[in-house]
Amino acid sequence: MNTFYSIMTLTLIFAAPIIVTGLGGLFSERSGVVNIALEGLMMIGAFSAATVTVMLEPVTAAAPWIGLLAGAFFGGIIALIHAYASIDLKADQVISGTAINLLAIGLTIYFAQIFFNQQRTDAFSRGLVKTTTPVLSEIPFFGPILFTNMYQTVYLALLIVVVTWFVVYKTTFGLRLRACGEHPQAVDSMGVSVRKMRYYGVALSGILGGLGGAIMVLTQDTQYTIGTIHGTGFIALAALIFGKWNPWGLLGASLFFGFSQVFGIYSNDFEILQGLPQEFFYGLPYVLTIIALVVFSNKSVGPKAAGEPYDVSKR
Amino acid sequence: MSKLKHLLLDESKYKITVPIIAILLSFLIATIVMVFTGINPVGAFKALIRTMTGINMDQLFTDKMYNARYLGEFLTTALPITMTGIAVAFAFRTGLFNIGAEGQLMVGAMAATIVSILLDLPMIVHLPLVVLSAAAAGAAWGFVPGFLKARFNVHEVVVTIMMNYTALHMSNYVLKSLPGSDQVKTVKSLPSGTFQSDFLKALTNNSRFHWGFVVVILSLIIFWFIIEKTSFGFELRSVGFNPHASRYAGMKVTRNMVFSMMISGAFAGIGGAMLSIGTFNYGRVLVGFENYGFDGIAVALLGGNTAVGVFLSGLLFGGLKSAQPLMQANQIPMEIAKIISSLIVLFVAMKYGFEMLLRLYAKQQLKEEE
Repeated sequence: MNTFYSIMTLTLIFAAPIIVTGLGGLFSERSGVVNIALEGLMMIGAFSAATVTVMLEPVTAAAPWIGLLAGAFFGGIIALIHAYASIDLKADQVISGTAINLLAIGLTIYFAQIFFNQQRTDAFSRGLVKTTTPVLSEIPFFGPILFTNMYQTVYLALLIVVVTWFVVYKTTFGLRLRACGEHPQAVDSMGVSVRKMRYYGVALSGILGGLGGAIMVLTQDTQYTIGTIHGTGFIALAALIFGKWNPWGLLGASLFFGFSQVFGIYSNDFEILQGLPQEFFYGLPYVLTIIALVVFSNKSVGPKAAGEPYDVSKR
Repeated sequence: MSKLKHLLLDESKYKITVPIIAILLSFLIATIVMVFTGINPVGAFKALIRTMTGINMDQLFTDKMYNARYLGEFLTTALPITMTGIAVAFAFRTGLFNIGAEGQLMVGAMAATIVSILLDLPMIVHLPLVVLSAAAAGAAWGFVPGFLKARFNVHEVVVTIMMNYTALHMSNYVLKSLPGSDQVKTVKSLPSGTFQSDFLKALTNNSRFHWGFVVVILSLIIFWFIIEKTSFGFELRSVGFNPHASRYAGMKVTRNMVFSMMISGAFAGIGGAMLSIGTFNYGRVLVGFENYGFDGIAVALLGGNTAVGVFLSGLLFGGLKSAQPLMQANQIPMEIAKIISSLIVLFVAMKYGFEMLLRLYAKQQLKEEE
């Protein structure tokens, strides 16, 4: 039973960055801008968070939390490049996103060399700390999973799911955002600026992508290296599609992807799985995503206008 | 000066002027970044010049001035990314975005390694067989997104990204399972199944330059020929421009889509052979992507998806890639080269903006003349 609890706890920890980054992708794609730059935005966020944490740790115990804010901030800034290119200059959104991903690799390691004279940041001594909540951890079943040895960023991630659901489905802002991704011409005809809504969407994707990367480096790593994010941004994109561009679906998909990563680590504990190579578990989430894409292919569930620059003359 | 002005104002030359502006602007921004972070930009440019010409600017007119090895290494680096550049450009011309050249390259490299290690044949049969198997593996990897798009209308971008990761983990597993492999590499390929050449090595002062360059040049010609000179290429291009009109004209749009992704994948697969039986002569177990596929996107975009353009931009990005160790040796963070490459992609993607500015400039000039 202890193995089960620790698998569940780790699943939540591994899923948290996927959830947060995926929600960023949700804001961007719902507003009509495809964002494959999530990977790069996570890198920027992770690098900023690791750097700020290393530098502030001797000064204050709140260093990792300031690091999280820094990650979100710089993620947002870099996302504005993607917003400007794809909204104002009508650049191909996939190409612009690819450029951001490449830029993030260069920028983060370049500045690591400037700040730390090596191709990674220095190691931070603690990062975020796991906590056990008194009383709540005594609850049977949920206590050991949710409230024992858990990072508070996991609660933050779950909170952002609820907030995102509320914002996207229950507010005027959300309605306008979704409409921009479905039929921007209609939004424009009602006097709402499509450009502005899309800027909000992409900026939010940068903030959340940066935060996701920051959470990842501060909970799963000891420093930022070129391999810190290792495709998690693309997994977040996959989770978004798997979850049909819906916050709750995304939550489920992220937990699934987190689980499949953790499962790989624990696979040696189960006799039936010992014959399977580690690579099988590494590759599984990606294969499953392709299968899911095929299964969902007949129902067009994605935002209809995503990927197209807004053209007033098509009104 | 007026000649330059003339060039800038000529709208038909935008497809040449805009990429050149993108390159210059990228170098300019990178220079500014270097200056602001306390790095001497001159060293970076010297490294780039030395890599691409073999000439050492610090040792001019001494016997150390020229070293052909840099030239050989530079060309060796340019080969795989020119291949992925052809792959991406081919797909682009037919209206598809092949972000999966990375994975197609990896399975190509894997197939080439398998055939070059396990079969023992005379070179005249073995080497072509190795190259063909790399192409076939790449084509198979390209078939999946092509077929899924044609049959189920699944977007090729997402599928190819997932296929990249699948390729990484699968080829790592397969390479580790080959007889004699350790955790990081396979045994050496048999000499009859590799591009390696003592003659070319001697010619370039012991660099890793190899016969693969002949295949790259052939591939460029084949790319140009298929797209520009055959009715099949015409159909592919027409599907790229307007799939609905092409279907109306009686073209088999979905079938062409699949073929297009397969041919694109084959080019990328051969790019993998450039690495596993050219630059190296063993299969490598990778920790992560080496971004050959993403470099290919950059090469294709800057080259305007034409054969000549891909050739030239393959050289530029090859130079930026192979100058990195030399930059690092000169105390310049080598990532500046990656920053330059990514900025070039960004600015080429923003070409609409540049064209707008150029038109504005043209209007202003006209006003002044009046």
